[in-house]
Amino acid sequence: MSANLINLLIEATGQTLYMVAVSAILGTLFGLPLGLFLATSQRGELLSAPWVNKVLGLVVNATRSVPFIILVVAIIPFTRMIAGTSIGTTAAIVPLTIATVPFIARLVENAIREVDSGLIEAARAMGATPIQIITKVLLPEAMPGITLGLTLAIVSLIGYSAMVGAVGGEGLGDLGIRYGYQRFMPDVMAIVVVILIVLVQLVQSIGERIAAAVDKRAPKSGGQ
Amino acid sequence: MTDNKTQGASIAFDAVGKAFTKSGGVTVNALEGVSLTVEPGSITGIIGRSGAGKSTLLRMVNGLERPTSGKVLVAEQDVGTAKGAKLRAIRRDVGMIFQHFNLLSSRTVAGNIALPLEVAGVPSSQIKPRVADLIERVGLTAQAGRYPAELSGGQKQRIGIARALATGPKVLLSDEATSALDPETTQTVLALLKDINRDLGLTILLITHEMAVVRDIASHVAVIDAGRIVEHGATYDVFTAPQHATTRSFLSGVTGVTLPAFVKDRLTQNPPPQGGEEVIRVTFAGAHATDPMLARLTKEMGIPVNILAGAVEEIGTRPFGNLLVSMPVAQAAEARAFLERHGLLTEVLGYVG
Repeated sequence: MSANLINLLIEATGQTLYMVAVSAILGTLFGLPLGLFLATSQRGELLSAPWVNKVLGLVVNATRSVPFIILVVAIIPFTRMIAGTSIGTTAAIVPLTIATVPFIARLVENAIREVDSGLIEAARAMGATPIQIITKVLLPEAMPGITLGLTLAIVSLIGYSAMVGAVGGEGLGDLGIRYGYQRFMPDVMAIVVVILIVLVQLVQSIGERIAAAVDKRAPKSGGQ
Repeated sequence: MTDNKTQGASIAFDAVGKAFTKSGGVTVNALEGVSLTVEPGSITGIIGRSGAGKSTLLRMVNGLERPTSGKVLVAEQDVGTAKGAKLRAIRRDVGMIFQHFNLLSSRTVAGNIALPLEVAGVPSSQIKPRVADLIERVGLTAQAGRYPAELSGGQKQRIGIARALATGPKVLLSDEATSALDPETTQTVLALLKDINRDLGLTILLITHEMAVVRDIASHVAVIDAGRIVEHGATYDVFTAPQHATTRSFLSGVTGVTLPAFVKDRLTQNPPPQGGEEVIRVTFAGAHATDPMLARLTKEMGIPVNILAGAVEEIGTRPFGNLLVSMPVAQAAEARAFLERHGLLTEVLGYVG
């Protein structure tokens, strides 16, 4: 394989990592608070706002039901407004983030809802404010679940990032299509797939380790 | 220990009612016309079956539930209408412990106990020594840095108790705190609650479905049935002279005096024509609890007494005996009069042929 191709592979891996990392960070920034709100704003809950909850829930569902490749094309004007252009790796971050925010929000919502309601009652009995209950009880207790949720979100981001070649986003997926498929270079395709597998494995095992480290719910095996 | 003696607060329920509207518009009264005064510094037990409304009643003391009618006062403050910062201030004066402990799995023993102090905005320089004191009080110094999942049920409840005491409350609420514990651990947790009540002077209000818990630590008891208080008073009085059927059925479990099956199955409401035996419950209370009255009955009156079941136990520090006996129907009235004359309580349960 030529040095040129190796350079292309390294560059493409860097681009994929860049897109995934920035979209994951932005997605968490918006998705975490949204998920927290969704988990605590139904009728009678801490931040009870049933109507806002319903509307946001609808928006989240609607976004999640649009196939990613259609979302990418459909929001091109919005992408141009945010990124200045609708073509390229940086521009691809906009649809990636928009697809990830509702996904992360639902994962966070589920993790928060897993927290034993007895803990909320205990915190209320202490005289905690709703914000204190969220920051001191719900978030720390849901942390193992949130960590696993974010891991899942990053893994799906790696998959999504392969599709943004359609709007000129670069990265491993784009390289695989252009060289491996269109130029009939099966070895390039194979290497791209292997790199993607390694990336997903890495993300998954790091995520699981962090989740296990923050999970104090059961004694570690072999302990006691 | 640097615990300050906190003055216990009184709790007053005044004609409290709680109605829930179920889906379909059906209204269910969880509580109706409950009036009860809990003396400052006392340990009061509320006993009832599940669904009787005791949990709802307890949760009104710290505003986790609100009454739909009547008033709940803690230290003269109306909890039922308090909101926002005022309600949170009342809650800091009312600690609570739970059946399933409700500890944060993500925090260590020390971290869990520190939580109410953090919530109350206590500076962290003051939190540390306070937490160390509380951990020592409940005997968990060696476990301070461990997580709840690594500890036993009894240790978890000790964390719960230390956490409930952190803000120096005037009232401690106990929601079935020993129901998930084995009998031995229950005893140590109850002993700890007793110590706390004595040392700190705070008022303890507990709910339970176990009469043994009431017998072991409560100075006063209220029996709740179907949302109403059917009987209340000093524990000794309620145990020795229960008035209500619900109270009696709870008591039969702890006083160890249920009729043996071979008698119970043959028990009739009217004396058999050919004579037979009368079955009587004799309750020994107060000064006569330790007198050998049955021996005297046989010796002085010549009446043969057949003992079917019985137990003598202590409520607080006062002995209390409960015997089930049978004797010939012809002499039973005379025997009951003799026993009543000597300060014992008798109750006819039925007859066997």
